[in-house]
Amino acid sequence: MSGFGLRLRGLMRKEFLQVWRDPSSLAIAFAMPVFLLLLFGYGVSLDAKQVPIGLVIEQTSPAAREFAGGFVQSDYFAPRYFANLHEAEAALLARQINGIVHLQSDFARRLQANAPAPIQVILNGVDANTARLVSGYVQGVWDKWLGAHAEGNGRTANRPVQMEARIWFNSALRSRNFLVPGLIAVIMTLIGALLTALVVAREWERGTMEALISTPVTVREVLLGKLLPYYLLGMGGMLLSIGMAVFLFQVPLAGSLWVLLLAGTLFLLAALGMGLLISIAAKNQFVAGQIAIIVTFLPAFILSGFIFNIDSMPPAVQLITHLVAARYFVAILQTVFLAGDVWEVILPNALALLVMAAAFLALALWRAPRRLE
Amino acid sequence: MWWRIYALLAKEFLNLLRDKKSRFVLIVPPLVQLFVLSYAATFDLNQMPIAIYNEDSGQAARDLIARFTGAPAFREELRITRQEQIAAALDSKRVLLVLHIGRNFSRDLLGGHQSASLQVLLDGRDSNTAQIAQGYLRSVLSRFNNDWAAGRGQAGPPAELVVRAWFNPNLESRWFIVPGIVGLLTLVVTMTVSALSVAREREQGTFDQLLVTPFTPTEILLGKAIPGLIIGVLEASLSIFFAVFWFQVPLLGSLPALYLGIVLYVFSVIGVGLMISSLSLTQQQGLLGGFLVIVPGVILSGYATPIENMPELVQHFTLINPLRYFLVIIRGVFLQGLQAADLLDQYWPLALIGLFCLSCAGWLFRKRLY
Repeated sequence: MSGFGLRLRGLMRKEFLQVWRDPSSLAIAFAMPVFLLLLFGYGVSLDAKQVPIGLVIEQTSPAAREFAGGFVQSDYFAPRYFANLHEAEAALLARQINGIVHLQSDFARRLQANAPAPIQVILNGVDANTARLVSGYVQGVWDKWLGAHAEGNGRTANRPVQMEARIWFNSALRSRNFLVPGLIAVIMTLIGALLTALVVAREWERGTMEALISTPVTVREVLLGKLLPYYLLGMGGMLLSIGMAVFLFQVPLAGSLWVLLLAGTLFLLAALGMGLLISIAAKNQFVAGQIAIIVTFLPAFILSGFIFNIDSMPPAVQLITHLVAARYFVAILQTVFLAGDVWEVILPNALALLVMAAAFLALALWRAPRRLE
Repeated sequence: MWWRIYALLAKEFLNLLRDKKSRFVLIVPPLVQLFVLSYAATFDLNQMPIAIYNEDSGQAARDLIARFTGAPAFREELRITRQEQIAAALDSKRVLLVLHIGRNFSRDLLGGHQSASLQVLLDGRDSNTAQIAQGYLRSVLSRFNNDWAAGRGQAGPPAELVVRAWFNPNLESRWFIVPGIVGLLTLVVTMTVSALSVAREREQGTFDQLLVTPFTPTEILLGKAIPGLIIGVLEASLSIFFAVFWFQVPLLGSLPALYLGIVLYVFSVIGVGLMISSLSLTQQQGLLGGFLVIVPGVILSGYATPIENMPELVQHFTLINPLRYFLVIIRGVFLQGLQAADLLDQYWPLALIGLFCLSCAGWLFRKRLY
């Protein structure tokens, strides 16, 4: 067994030297997480704050002013007044504003006469998500105004049922709090797959794999020698990411660190196993690189529940998401960060990660070349 | 000069397409992705699991609940009978939200002196979904309120919102996402093809040989750029075909305007890719460089999150991102029916990025010979 240990040490030393001499591996493990987290943490927000919106008020009246005041006071809007609908529509087309709220000249008169006064809202539907959020915010302003208007007239609001919403876990609805934990999963996917996808393919392409096979080392040793150094690099990247999430972006960590690290280990093993499998199957860095990007980054970005909610996807696509390891890791990360150690979420997802890691590593071992063709 | 470029092109295409696996990765995965991602990437809520906690025995409460469970956005996953069950249902992510109707609901509603209250408890872990869900709930509730008032001969609210969305009247996410995915996939394929092209020859040592042949750097550059251009445009065309005929996204504008945009976009992406490639000594470096451009390129493009929401400084960064311009072009042509003349502001930055990066790449060919 000491032969095994010795050979493994030799292989790992070779792998570490290779990492050290081509700094792009170190860059993947450490510079990329920092870069991506900064980019996401500061650059991406789904919260529409200070949405530019155009107000067209054809005839000023106390009621119309009161209504417009709701937009000025709201955090969600940065209103701009337009003299007529035509100008506002031009601004909407030029994407200077995201929506128009239009009060016609008979607004006050119809309000007085108790004939329902229409408030026209025009949205730019090209960005459907923003349009929907803006529409919700406009509804909020309108709702508030209705209550105040009725009270001002000494009546109760004409709302038989009123909704009272309470948000758990992320009561301020800071999108950063849910994006940053999810992002850790995306970054780890990249690290795991990118680091390993190229390493075996590179040995084939350069012909050094043949040299390795002819030495006394076994396949298992070669794979372990590749896995361990990159596992250590990946965990270093993960610790760095968690540290940045907590200290730089002030994402509350409600659960415990060891659960995160354990889940991270399982996930990283799955990601590294997938990378190894790709590189064994491809034997060519170009193909391995293409496959690694296509089966890792985009699915981790879109099919993991990181931005798009899995429950609203069509059933067939939901089935496919079960093959994406990031999906389980994102669920664990979001829960441990924002809700705490909820075992009903952690255990099944961790089990799924374990199964995936075992499957990928076993497949990699099975498909690994034993002898020259 | 032309026959030499032709010879280079033949060599590049052979290099890319000779291998069965290379051919496969260029064609099949992007199409699979187009389908899966187009179906997956939606912000519309559909059959989201909700829990009901009804402490009121009246008919009105049952009617209100039926409105929510009957809406296509929601499906009843769980009936709750005790307060303590709420936490378990939300913690475990079994449901997105709990609708709670208190004991006094019917009394308040029928009494008419004060609004009856409907309490909603939402899982805020995914803040975007929570916000969208609130919007859906509000619109279901406001319909209920209007019907209730009308049924009792009471006046409705004194003013009503009439919401109209231009270009996408039903605010279907897919109309917005699918054209975006065309840009995304074209970016990924074109970038990796060009980012690895020079790096591969450097790693294998054939690039030095190429440099000592009578080819001029410009010819080598064209030989490297044109295959990427052809592959990128074909890839985009195929995706657009499926966007129009499979996903039924309306294509209102002019096809030539779109194709001018595609050619310029692919041109600029190749420029960036070749610049990275000529800086790289190994394919791993090339791939990493490609990634370091693709990831921020996707994130800072307005593909999933609007550029206006980004901090001012980051918004300036997006100005060097080709995908940003292409998204305006493709969404504008598809949904708004724009023509080439409307898109000049998007065309010239793409051309500029491409020209600048290609010149850098050509210069680096000669300077970085070691």
